[in-house]
Formats: sequence, C-alpha cells, structure tokens
Amino acid sequence: MQPIHLAWVDYAILLAYTAFVIGIGWALRRYLKTSSDYLTSGRSIPAWVTGLAFMAANLGALELVGMAANGAQYGIATAHFYWVGAIPAMIFLAVFMMPFYYGSKARSVPEFLNMRFDYRVRCVNSISFAVMTVFTSGISMDALARLLNLLLGWDYNFALLITSAVVLVYVLKGGLTSAIYTEVLQFFMIVLGFAPVVWLGLKDVGGWSVLKSKLADVAQHPAALALSDKTFAPDAWSSAWKPVLAGPDANPMGVGAFPMIFGLGFVLSFAYWCTNFLVVHRAFAAKDMRAARRTPLIATVPKMLFPALVILPGMLAVALAVMPEKAYRLPPVSIADTKYAPAIADLKAATPATADAAFDKISQEVGLKMNKAKVAAIIKANSLHPIPDNVLKDELQDAVSDNYYNGVILSLIKRYCPSGIMGLALTALLASFMSGMAGNVTAFNTIWTYDLYQAYIAPKKSDRHYFIVGQATTVVGIILSIFCAFFASHYSNAMNIVQLVFGFVNAPLFATILLGMFWARATGTGAFLGLLGGTLTSALFHALTLATGDVPGIKGGYIHVVQMFPSEMAQNFWLAIFAFGVSFALTVVISLATKRTKSDAELKGLVYSLTPRLKDDERHFLLRPSVLGIILLLACVILNIIFW
Amino acid sequence: MGLDIRWPIGIMFTLISVLLIIEGIATGPSDKALGMNIDLWWGIVLLVFGVGMLLGASQGGKKKNEGGK
Repeated sequence: MQPIHLAWVDYAILLAYTAFVIGIGWALRRYLKTSSDYLTSGRSIPAWVTGLAFMAANLGALELVGMAANGAQYGIATAHFYWVGAIPAMIFLAVFMMPFYYGSKARSVPEFLNMRFDYRVRCVNSISFAVMTVFTSGISMDALARLLNLLLGWDYNFALLITSAVVLVYVLKGGLTSAIYTEVLQFFMIVLGFAPVVWLGLKDVGGWSVLKSKLADVAQHPAALALSDKTFAPDAWSSAWKPVLAGPDANPMGVGAFPMIFGLGFVLSFAYWCTNFLVVHRAFAAKDMRAARRTPLIATVPKMLFPALVILPGMLAVALAVMPEKAYRLPPVSIADTKYAPAIADLKAATPATADAAFDKISQEVGLKMNKAKVAAIIKANSLHPIPDNVLKDELQDAVSDNYYNGVILSLIKRYCPSGIMGLALTALLASFMSGMAGNVTAFNTIWTYDLYQAYIAPKKSDRHYFIVGQATTVVGIILSIFCAFFASHYSNAMNIVQLVFGFVNAPLFATILLGMFWARATGTGAFLGLLGGTLTSALFHALTLATGDVPGIKGGYIHVVQMFPSEMAQNFWLAIFAFGVSFALTVVISLATKRTKSDAELKGLVYSLTPRLKDDERHFLLRPSVLGIILLLACVILNIIFW
Repeated sequence: MGLDIRWPIGIMFTLISVLLIIEGIATGPSDKALGMNIDLWWGIVLLVFGVGMLLGASQGGKKKNEGGK
C-alpha cells in the first residue's frame, strides 16, 4: 500500500485530539484523592457518560476494522453480533445482574466472585483476566504501529512508543475517569469521523436500493470477487435472517439458526457483555445504582444503530467491486517482501508458451491465490517489452486474488476523503486504538491492585499505599503491553494461540456467574471445578473439530478430527455452546454433592432469591430499568424484522 | 467528578470544525468526495455539534450552581 500524504490540516486535527486527551488527564488529576477515585472513579460519573464509555470500550479499532471486513465477507447478517448478540445481553445485565454487581459493593468482577464463592474462583478469574488485558492491549498497539508504518511511513518502534507514551500520560494522571472520558471523546470522534465516509460511499453506489441489487449480483457470483466458491440466493448479503434460517449452506457465514441464536445470541454475547470486566468496569464507576443500571441501557441505543457505521462500509465495498465503472477492487493481501525476488525472476524467465507452468510456480512461491489471466497478461507484456522490476512488483501485487478484508475500511477512507476529512477519519481510527489500550490498562490496574496485590500479596495497607501501587501498575501495565506488541509483531501465530486460549475461558465463566447470581445452592467447589471443566471442554472441543478449508493445527483438530464445520464461525459458536453446557452441568452436579460454605445471610445481596427486590423509585414509570429494557428490546426486534 | 466532559468535547470539536471550514474554503470542492465540498459542509455539522455541547455544558453548570445555593 502506498503511504498517504497528509496535509497540515490532517496533522492539526490529529494534534488537537492528542492535546485534548492529555489535557483531560491533566485536568482530572486534582480530583483524584483515593485509590478508589483512581481505580473505580470513586463511583461518581453520570449515566450517559458511563453508558457511552460502556459501548466505546468494546469499540476498539480491531472491532471497527473487523466489522467492516465481516460486512464485506458475510453481508448484513454480521449485524447479528449487535442485534441478536449484544443488545439482549446488555439489557439482561442492566435489569437482572447489575443490582448484584453494583449492590454488592464489589470493585471488580473477581471480587464479586470472591464474595459469592471463594478465593479459588477469584484467583482463576483475576489471573486469566489480567494476562488477557495485557495481551489484548499489546495486540491493539501492534496493529496501530503497523498501520502508522504502512499509512504514514512512520518507523514501527517510534509509532509504538509515542502512542504508548500518550496513553501513559493520560491514564497515569487521570486513572479510570480519564480512560472513561477519552472513551466518550473517542465515541464522538468515530461517529463524526466515519459518517461522512459511509455517506459518500452510499451516495457513490447510488443509494440503498442500488446497493441491494448489486449485492444480489455479489451473492450469485461470489467467486468473481474471490469471496466464496459457492453460489447463494440473491438476498444472501442483504437479508439478515432468511439466509440463516435456510441453513448453514445457504449463507456465507456457514452458520445455522440454532448456533446463531443459542451460541452467539445467548452464550457468547452474554458471556462477553455480562462478565467481561473491561466493559462492566464502566458501570461500576457510575454514581449510584440507578445510573449503574442505566449504563448498559443507554449504551444499547447507539449499539443498535452502529451497524450502519461499521458494517455498511464493508457491504458498500463489495457492491463497488462489482461495478466496473467505479474502478474499485477489494484490497488484495500484500505479498511478503521476501517473496518477491524469486517470483519476479520466474515472471521474467517465462514466455507466453510456458505461462501455465509459470503461473503454478509463482502462486506457490508467493503463497497466495493468484489471478491466472492477470499473470498471463504480465508475462505476455514482459516478453514483448521487458518491464522494469518495480513496475513488475506492483503488477504482481495487483494479480493477487486473495482479499485482505481488514483493509476494506482504509481503502474506502483513502477513496473518499480529501485532506481535512481524511485527518478526521484517521484520528477516529487512531483514537479507538489508543482508547483500546487505555481501557485494558485501567482494567488491569484494578484487577492487579485489588484482586491480586491487596488480596494475596500485601493486605491491610493504607489507601495511599494502594493509590501509589495503582499508579505504578499503570506504568508496568503499559510496559508489559509494549512487550506484548513486540512479541505480536514477531510471532503472530503465538498471539493467535493466546487469543484462542482466552476464548476458552469466556463461555464457562458465564455459567459460573449465572448460577452464582440465581441459584443459592451453587457452592464454591462446584463453581471452581465447573469453571475448570468448562475450560478443558473448550480446549478438547477445539482439538477435535475443524472448519472446512482449514488444516489441522492452530485452527483446531490437532488430536483427531471428529467433527467438521462449514466455517470457523460455526465451529466457534458450537464450542461456546458445549463449554457453557459442561460448565453449567458440572457446577450444578458438584454443588449438589458438596456442602454449602456460605450461609443465607452471607449471600444476601449476591443471590437473586435472597435479596430484597429493588424498589424502582424512578419519577416516571417509563424510566424504570425493566420498562426501558422492554422498550429497547422491542426496538431491536423491529430492526431485525425490517432487515429480515 | 468535577470536570464536565461536555466542555472538552465542545471545545475540541469547535476547534476541529474551524480547521475543516478553513480547509474547505481554501481548497474548494473535491473530486474524491464526488465533487462536493465535504470539508466545508461537514465542518459546519461539527460546528453545530461542538457549540451545542458547549451550550449544554454552560446550562448544566448554571443549574448545578443554583441547586447548590
């Protein structure tokens, strides 16, 4: 990809944003007096701010880039991650779970687990979560540094260190409040930075109805864009439910209705939104119970509408790609620098007569799927008039037919943004990378200081002591993230394994917390062994299954392939279903077989049946969380029906 | 927390909108943006948003002070 030339106005916008996030951290420092001010914002923030931060914490750049990629690959069915997944889970969190989380006065999810069960469950959760946050923020920073390197030609190390330094300054000074405030800033940056790109794209294609008819072309001939080898019904990219209900073979995701609704909608989404401390942390910072319960509810409103901003660009990109007059193609996968030399030597040696053999050899050397006609054309042109190496290099890159889906959103920004708007859109992207790091570092802070340091290493120190430890942990967390980023840049496979392993913990943890909150009989031993059993089930399931098109190894099936799935997504959804099921069943059985260690009195405020119902004292009937939840759920159902 | 988040949001977007409007007036319509002067128009949108946030923040501040008395 050619570096983009940025004008003064683009740099000015970038600088303005950076100056403001640092300024916010600076301005907040005088309000922070205690460790809880620093690590949990002293429970003082209004609901609309925590609500937007709740949503923005999940809106990392990997999500932005990934959702556009999925929009191109799978079409509007990608919106199920929002309309089936996130929304019901967020409403459930607000109406049913928040009273126990917030009411227990726990400062973190692991601390809640300690109150409800015992130190073992807390220990497992806090260690796995602490490691995960550091790795996640490392992956995010690595991606950002690569992007700056690719886009603006900055040195990788310089980009990594300077962006980490910015995050360090504002989190160190302002703690969680700073992270939350910049998340709100980032939320508006993303909405206002991406909206013009999407609007211009939609205008360019010719509106929604033209988009739909072009997507019908895509669905009937996805091979033309190297999207899939199959063919689908015309509405496969533009209908959310019909292709899914028609079965896993009828939609590009390869997922049927049951894994979609139960696997994604129930297990995976509830596990993420209701137990992941990174997002729940935002609600813990709310100023009172009412604000805490309203936090996820407020977040559902933008969340419901976000597919228009993050998934639509991907759909627009594939539609543009089938319109020859628009001269747009999906970005191809880049050829690695080391692989050019032999491929170019072969290109030069080949003649039109040996083009077929040369094509096979070159494809193998490059390691990617190539376009046969384009390679043959290059060989023909070169045999008539020798082409210089650097031009050959560009033409060879252009002949790659494998798509680099994660590049879709950037290719649209490059296509539509003149200087000015370009700076705004890039700043939005940059902002989401940095706040991804800040969010993870603040969560790591809290878990380390309260759940590991205070609980096991140095209990009963003064608050001042924990305040300083919290600040020191910020520095350590960022240094660890930088190490992880370097690690990710060298061993991308190792990083995939790390992420995979964390995926194993999520679904079983949801069973643990669900039973903990709604079944007084669940015991510590039951929860602990259930959690371990569920995690082992994930690992085993992964080792025994594989998705079509993958080779056994990191993608699964390395012990023995017992079951094949039509896509990785289907494999993932089923994995979550099994892990949740085993964790749930084990926790129930072992709990019934072991003695309760906590009395009813100890569990008051932690378990549904032993807690007096909250009295909704909202001034207006419509503002009660349960009523609001039902209204929002209805709105979500209506969206599903509109795009059925 | 003592700082109303609407102040920094309002000031920042007002500042950015001014930059965009200047760039829009200086460079005129762009072929990339389908022949529209997107910098100018979007700059105006951001200006409205930024000023709206600032108004909200100043109203909110007043209310709080009156409530405090």
